[in-house]
Parts: sequence; C-alpha cells; structure tokens
Amino acid sequence: MKQQLENIEKVAKQELDSCTSIKELDDLRIKYLGKKGELKAILNQMGKLVPEERKEMGQFANRVKSDIENALAEKLETLKAQELEQRIQSEEIDITLPGKKIEVGKLHPLTTVMNEIKDIFLGMGFSIADGPEVEYDYYNFEALNLPPDHPARDTQDTFYITDNILLRTQTSSVQVHVMENQKPPIRIISPGRVYRSDAVDATHSPLFHQIEGLVVDKGITMGDLKGTLETLMKRLYGDDCKIRLRPHHFPFTEPSAEVDVMCFNCHGEGCRVCKNEGYIELLGAGMVHPKVLENCGIDSNVYSGFAFGLGLERVVMRRYNINDMRMLYENDMRFLKQF
Amino acid sequence: MNLSMKWLSDFVDLGNRTTKDFINGMTLSGSKVECYEVEGAEITNVIVGKILEKNQHENAERLFVCSVDIGKDEPIQIVTNAKNVQVGDLVPVALDGATVFDEGKPLKIKKGKVRGVVSVGMFCGLDTLKLTTHDFPYADKDGVLVIKEDCQIGEDIHSALGLNDTSVEFEITSNRPDCLSVIGLARETSATFDIPLSVQEPSFKGIDGDITNDLKVNVINKDICKRYCAGIVKNVKIEPSPRWLRERLRASGIRPINNFVDITNYVMLEYGQPMHAFDFKYVEGGEINIRNAQDGEKIVTLDGVERTLSSDMLVIADSKKPIAVAGVMGGEYSGIMDGTVTDLPLTETVVFESACFDPISVRRTAKALGMRTDSSARFEKGLDQQAVKKALIRAFQLVEELGAGDVVSTIIDDDNTNKTPKTVEFSSEWINNFLGTNIPEIDMIKYLNSLGFEVKDGLVYAPTFRVDIERPCDIAEEVARIYGYNNITSTNFKGVADAQLTASQKFENNISNTMVSTGCYEIATFSFISPKYFDKIHLPKNSKLRDTVTITNPLGEDTSVMRTTIIPSMMEILSKNYNNRNASAKLFEVGNEYIPTQKDKLPIEPKRLAIGMYGNNCDFFELKGTVEVLLNNIGVQNVEYSRPTEDCPFDEVSAFHPTRTAIVKSNDVAIGIIGEVHPTVTSEYGIDTKVYIGKFLVPEMMQIAITEKSYRPLPKYPASTRDISLVCDKSLPAGDIQKAIEESFGKTLENVTLFDIFTDESKIGKGKKSLSYSIVMRSSEGTLTDEQVDGAMKRVLKALSKIGAELRM
Repeated sequence: MKQQLENIEKVAKQELDSCTSIKELDDLRIKYLGKKGELKAILNQMGKLVPEERKEMGQFANRVKSDIENALAEKLETLKAQELEQRIQSEEIDITLPGKKIEVGKLHPLTTVMNEIKDIFLGMGFSIADGPEVEYDYYNFEALNLPPDHPARDTQDTFYITDNILLRTQTSSVQVHVMENQKPPIRIISPGRVYRSDAVDATHSPLFHQIEGLVVDKGITMGDLKGTLETLMKRLYGDDCKIRLRPHHFPFTEPSAEVDVMCFNCHGEGCRVCKNEGYIELLGAGMVHPKVLENCGIDSNVYSGFAFGLGLERVVMRRYNINDMRMLYENDMRFLKQF
Repeated sequence: MNLSMKWLSDFVDLGNRTTKDFINGMTLSGSKVECYEVEGAEITNVIVGKILEKNQHENAERLFVCSVDIGKDEPIQIVTNAKNVQVGDLVPVALDGATVFDEGKPLKIKKGKVRGVVSVGMFCGLDTLKLTTHDFPYADKDGVLVIKEDCQIGEDIHSALGLNDTSVEFEITSNRPDCLSVIGLARETSATFDIPLSVQEPSFKGIDGDITNDLKVNVINKDICKRYCAGIVKNVKIEPSPRWLRERLRASGIRPINNFVDITNYVMLEYGQPMHAFDFKYVEGGEINIRNAQDGEKIVTLDGVERTLSSDMLVIADSKKPIAVAGVMGGEYSGIMDGTVTDLPLTETVVFESACFDPISVRRTAKALGMRTDSSARFEKGLDQQAVKKALIRAFQLVEELGAGDVVSTIIDDDNTNKTPKTVEFSSEWINNFLGTNIPEIDMIKYLNSLGFEVKDGLVYAPTFRVDIERPCDIAEEVARIYGYNNITSTNFKGVADAQLTASQKFENNISNTMVSTGCYEIATFSFISPKYFDKIHLPKNSKLRDTVTITNPLGEDTSVMRTTIIPSMMEILSKNYNNRNASAKLFEVGNEYIPTQKDKLPIEPKRLAIGMYGNNCDFFELKGTVEVLLNNIGVQNVEYSRPTEDCPFDEVSAFHPTRTAIVKSNDVAIGIIGEVHPTVTSEYGIDTKVYIGKFLVPEMMQIAITEKSYRPLPKYPASTRDISLVCDKSLPAGDIQKAIEESFGKTLENVTLFDIFTDESKIGKGKKSLSYSIVMRSSEGTLTDEQVDGAMKRVLKALSKIGAELRM
C-alpha cells in the first residue's frame, strides 16, 4: 500500500510538472484528490489494515495528500502568473497613438497674467478695488492734481463723452473713490480697462489694461515703495530680476519715478530688445501728492502714501513674446489655444 | 529737446566722462535721454581735396577727369560730371572704401573705371553728406560742395565742416520747462556730476539813443502779460549766420534761416525764453500794444493761414492791427526778410520782443487756433519771469558779435512780476522720514545749492526758473534725485492687512473658470463698437439699446459708441474666426455693457457673460448643456427655459432664430437668452454655418445664486429604477413631461433622465413622438418595496396622462 501511495505521489508529481494550463491542473486535482480520485480509492482500502499499520499508513497517506495539494497549489500560482504574463503581453498597445480629445477651454492671456498679478498683491495684503470706466473728469484728472489746462493732460489723449464725463485714462480714478470712502490704512490695487485715443498699431491700442496700486498709512516712505515694487517684480519675473528707479513727473505723485526692469535679454548690457538701454520701462510710481490726499479728505500732515501703475499688456506681451498688441484683441482661436 | 554737446561744454566741463556716462547719469537724475546721435557717424573716409587739374574725359562729353591733391605724396584721379568745380577748389572727396549717402541710404564708394578711365573716389555734394543749403547757404544745391571754410587739404571732412557734434535727445517732463534750455540742462549736469557750472552774465555795448523815441509799448492786459521787454536794432544786415551758430542750431534740430531768426532761436534754446523779432517797418504807428483781441479780429500768421481771433486771446498789436498772437506765432509781415525769398523790401530796423505770457492763456489760445508751436509749448508750461530781460540782452550780445546791426542801448522793460522768491519749509528730518533715508543735512543743502536753491533759516528759496516747486515733497524729490533714487534702501511697510476678493469678484472668477472647463476660450473685446452693429444684429429701430454713451472724439465710427449689448462684440469675433478659416470656435467673454442713465450722469456698467460657438457639429443643445453646467456650478437653481414672448426683456432677441431660442429664467427672473443666431444675421456676418450665442446677466445671477453648499449623507439603501416610454403629441414640450414627473413624485424621486426620442410616425401614429425616461427612486428610510414603487409610478402615469402623454404599449 505504501508502495502504491509512493507510486501515486511520484506519478502525480510527474504529471504536474508537465501540466501547462489551469484547466489541466484542475483535471489532475480531480484525478488524484477528487471524491473518486486515486488517493481516495487507496484510502478506502485502509479499513482492511491492522490498527498499527492503519495508523502508520494513515499518517503516510495524509502526508502524500498534503504533498500533492501543496504541489498543486504551487503549480496553480505558477500557471496563474504565466497566464497573467501572457495576457499582459497580448494586451500591448501603441502608446504613441494620440490621446482622446478632452475639450477644455482657456482663459485669455490678459486674464491669466492679471490673475497672477492680483494673487501677488492679495498675498501682500492688497484688496482689489473696482470702479467705473466711464468717469467724471474730476476723478480722472482734477482730484489727481490735474486741473483743467494742466499741460500733462495732453500726454493722455482722452476720449470725451461730455465736457465733464470721459473714458478713464488711468485706473487711478478708482484710488480717489477708495480714499473718499475709506479711512487709512489703505492698501489696494485697482485693475481694469483704460482708454486713450491712440490709433491701433503693434504697440498701441485705444483700450488697454492697467493695474494701479495705492498704499496710504502713517509713516509710509519712498523706501517702502521701492520694497513693494521689488517684491512685485521678483514674484513676476524671478528672484534675479533687478529694477531701477528714474525720477519722472506725474502730477499725482511727488517724488515720482519711472521704474525700469533690467533687460531679460542682455542683463543690462544693451541690446535690440531694450533699444540699447539695458533696461525696459515697465511702470510709473511715486509718493502720493499731498494735494491728492487733501482732495480726498485725508490729512497729509498725518498720512503719507505711495502709488504705482503698471500696464498689463506690456507684461503679457513680454511674458509670451507677443510682438503685436493687436493679437490680444483679435481673439483668433489659433492664438487663444496657445496659452 | 535736442542738446548739442559742444554747446553744453560752454557751461560745464564733463572731463573724461563718455557720452554714455553722461546719458546714464542724466537719466538717473531725472533728465531722461531718449537717444543720441553722433553727427556724420556713418560717413567715413571722406577728406578735403584740392582740384589740381580738370580735363575733358576722352570718351564722354559730360564727364571730366580731375587730378586731386589729398595731402598725400601723389595726387589721385577722379572722374566727375560736376560742372560747378574749378581748378583750385576745395571739395569733399570720398576715397576708395568711403561711406556716404545716396538719397538718404548709406552708399559704399569703390574705385573703378568710368567709361574706360580710372577713378579712385568721388566728389561729394550736400546730399551725399546728409547736409542741406541751410547748413551751407553758399553751396550749390545740386552740384559738388565747394568748401569755403578754413580747412586743410587732407583734413577729415567731419572736422573740416564741423560735422563733429553729438546731439542728445532728452524727454523733458512738463513740470521742468527750465530744462528745455542748454543752460537748464547744464545746471542739471553740474548737479548730477558735482561739477562747476559757469554761466556768464550777458551784456552788450549798444549805440546811444532813446528807444522811446521810436517805439512805444503799452501793456494793456498786465494779468496775462506780466513782463514785456523790447529793444531795437538799426542798420540791420540780414545774412546767413556764422558756421558755429548754424552748427549748433543743426545739432539742436533747428534749421538755420538767417542771422536774426537764428539769434531768436539760439537764445530760445540757450535760455529757454521764446523771442520774437519784428520788422519795424510793419509796426504801424511805432507802437506795440499788448491787448486782448477783438472778437472776430483777423490775422494772417507766419504760416500764411488767416486766423480769426476771439476776445480771450492776447495779441501783440500795432496802432491798427494784431502783428502777432502773443506767445504763439507772429504775423505774416512780421518776419525778417532777407530780400532773396520774396520781393518784399529789405528789413532795415528790427524790434526784438522778450516777454512773459500767462501759461493758461497761451495754452488755450494755441489750442483754440489749432497751432502748437515751439514757443507756445514753452509758455504754457510756465517760464522764468526773471530771465526775460537777460534773454533779450543775450540776443543783443549776439547781434553785436555777429555784426548784424546797431543795438539801441536803452531797452523797454515793463515788469509787473512778483519778485518775492518762493519759499518752502526745510526740515532734513522730515525729508529723511518721508524718503526712508538717512541723508546728512549738509549733503541735502549741497544738492539743493547745485540746483540753484538757497537754504536759509529753515527755508528753501526756490530759484525763479523752478515754477514747479510748491511744497516740502517737491524739495524731497530734488534731494532724492541727486542723492540717487537707487541709493534709497528698500523696506517693507508694516500693518495688518485685510485682503480678500469681494463676493462679485469671486462670482465672476467662478463663471470664467466654469466656462473654461466646458471647453470655451475666453476672449477680450473692445468696449466701444460701431453704431452700425445694431443694424447688423437687426435691433429694432426703437430699441432702448440704441441709446448709447457716445464718444465725442472717437478714433473712427468703428469705435464711437460704448456697447449697450455685448452680443455684437461676440458676433464680430466669431465672424473674424470664421473668416480666418478656423473650423470651429467656442468662446466666452465676461464684459461690461454701458447703459446711459441721465444726461450728465455716469452710465451704469453691468457685467455680462457672452457665449458663442460654431462648427464641430455644435447645436442648440451643446450650448444649453454648457449653460446647464455653468448655472449648476455657480449655484443658479430652479432654472426654466421658455420660448421668447412679445415682452421679451432682451431686445437682442432680434438676432436669434425665432423657433430655436430660449429665455433662461431662474425663480421667474430672466437671467439670460440662448439660441441659434438668425440665419439672416449669420449671413450679415459672412458666416456660412450655424452659430449659437447666449448672453447672461451676471449681477442678476449673483443675486439669486445659492453659493453655500451642504453635505447630504450618501444613501444607505439601494435605489429602484423604472424605465418608461411615453407617446404624446409632437408639440408637447419635453420640459412639461419632466415637470409632470417631478411634481407627481414625492421626495423618493432621485432623478429622471430622458434617454431616447423616437419619432417614426408610421410606428407610433401621425403627429406623435415617443420619449423614454429612466426614473431612479430611493428612500432614505429603507429599501423601497415593489408596492411603493408601483404606487409612485401609477401617480406619475396619471399626471402624465393629464398633459396628454400615455404609456407606449
């Protein structure tokens, strides 16, 4: 009997070795371990043995059974792994085929960069103030220390609706509204559309966007203005960005400055991009003129402040290497999809 | 302002500073340099030659062969067609390899043969050297320049002709008219580089005589004319100015004319004071009256245009008529005639005027007459009242220097100016606190002194030419710009900030972001449109949207009115894309409309959302689907779509396809309109495919939007689903069926989805359609029993039956 069992185990293991599919393996399981299997047939004969032999044979048979079971399980794992491997191989795809079209739109590049600038200022604690685009002369000019007949009015060719109402030429008009309605400390930017009667060409548009900033509080200094502008420029253009301030004249600030950023192309050496200057003019800024504060009911002996104005189009065009401003307002799909 | 560097060196010594050092320094101290030009920089290898021989060319009648001494051992041979050169003449010779100009473009000269005869260079005319007869009045305009200057054979042409100045162009801001002068810029140079400034006080000898015997000056309007100086030059000799003067004018961008005109321009450039010279014989009655014009009074100005004056304009008049518009332009006959250009009699006596006119008056007059001149541009910024007489004396100094006539030694000076110097409080502590600096007071005083300010007893005394100084912050700027803006230490201001987006800013961001997620691209369009666009969208003639905010001085009709509807802007961009052969477009814009209110009041500027699409098989339902996503995302609930009725709140409905348009309402408030564009409107825009557009009212949507969100627990019990197919009249809107299902169901309804529309009338009967819905029910209290589900379905079918929809058998 022992002989028989050993024989079964030997043959079973041989058959297992040559087995190549899970189906075959299942058949083998039934053949040896099934209710009508070979092992069962032998075990059925156990009753005929004497008790001592029965015990010994029982143990031996159980070992053979578990050996075969283990071998089956092991083989099953192997076959499963093989089959998975085959399946994986047969499922190969050409990963260079194009992806499925998922249609998502895009924000206009003006909005994208505007949002970025708004985020920079929100991070610096500036609120965002809105105001009317069609504006009274007073808010656009007079309150900003540009009385009628001021020569500087010529530099901002203005669209008029009536003698007294115009399309704002600068979003500084919003600053006046804010100062009239809010006591310092004030920390705002006013982004939006502005209008000047410049004919459309590659670098001019009768409509463009500005972001004006205003800070009014006790003890605000010109050093604070510089610090704020440096932070803005570093966040916008990277930590190695350098700026310089040049004295300039704006009626609503004193001292006034134009702010240049070091040319990205030549790093200050002078090249075609910066017209050999090494720097590119980017914004205007200054300490808020005491007359402006007074016009808005803020005591200029107690408070001081600074203001600055940045043209959005210029930043956008530089960012994306757009060389013609008209593209921004053409809104051609082939253009819009690029950003 | 173009500055001649040679001229500048009369007043300051720049030492070994290069032009680049100069322009950088000046730019950073506030006098912005736009660009600079080295005169004749492109001209190379041109020298002075002397013609030794001139012979007929052997093969050409019109050509001559010249032997030319160029200061070398051997003369060179040049073939020329110039008739105006003779043996012995000094001429500019472009040598082999030289660069000159041909019709304004650089031209390289190479030796070669002309009709078989060797020629190793070229004679130059004025053109070739980029000069004109204004620079060399004696030269033949079309021939070779025969040089009558003191120069050496072989000398470089730049030094021989004085083509060696550098002209620096400054952008002078409107608050600094004093820098529109060589002396003004010299002062800035002196302060910027900390070098001495030397300006001599001008003086002249004059001939004995009392001017008042010849000329009477009456300043009638002393408010507008604060100071008027005049003097007379007799026995004048009108001729070209000497070369040095012409060179300086040329480098300053001014054409030399004749010695008298040139002197007025020279003094204007040097001192910043505009001057005028009148031919005395046209000053009738020998009197000058500075008075207001009479309404309707006429004058023909120097440019030959007759101008009608009004009583708010100031004129310089003789006993009978205006002879100049004060500070703007002289009259026709007042010009100085040299007898060559006209047959008018020669000028014998000249009156010089140097005056001070009110900036605002000059500005208004120049504007009203439409003539901005160099003079008016200076006056309207405000000039130094104390320089008026000095400038006149300088002019007379030049008259004598040039030997142009005899100056009568007495001059008229009607001076009503305020002599009290302007003072501003001086506190170095305040300035340092304001700038955030730590500049020693002694340095501040040094900076201010170098700019012409005096500091005494806690006060700063502003020089008379600094019309812009009013307050301590102006003094701070002076200190800061000489100290150097870039030497100020950057700091961060302190304080607590409360920064956040407003509700409407957040709402608009949400709209834009959602639109992008639905596949729409954002566009940016102009806020102004053409009034013709209203016709293009078939807006009714009586529509209130035609009442616009209108620009009185538009660039063109295209951009002349502020849009009262955002739809034409969208249509234009769709049309542009279509015509640029873009197969499809799916766009949106969040922008303002500008709706007039009352006269002399500001319009309202409501925010609108425009959506537009064509191509890519898009249809009404793609647009509607986009809108559904949008409204869901921004929290607009209880949305209904209905056909536009007579009282449609959107006048733009005229642009829409009448049977493919929906008014979108939420809680009975109209918030938008969507639909297919009317076929005739599409063709008006040159689009040959179906176009879908929509407009939504942003503030109105924000009002009703529910932005708070609250979590509902996930269902614990399974859902039951029933599918039903219904048959009804074709005309029954699916929306009604949906509504009937929703209303007849209790709260166990989870959702209803239309999944099939069947319209084969042969199968379901004429005039009928079949709609199939999947209805999902679920209770939060337990699994629904078959009885509960059947009961609910029974109620639904009953409700549907009432509106004419039956279960399809």
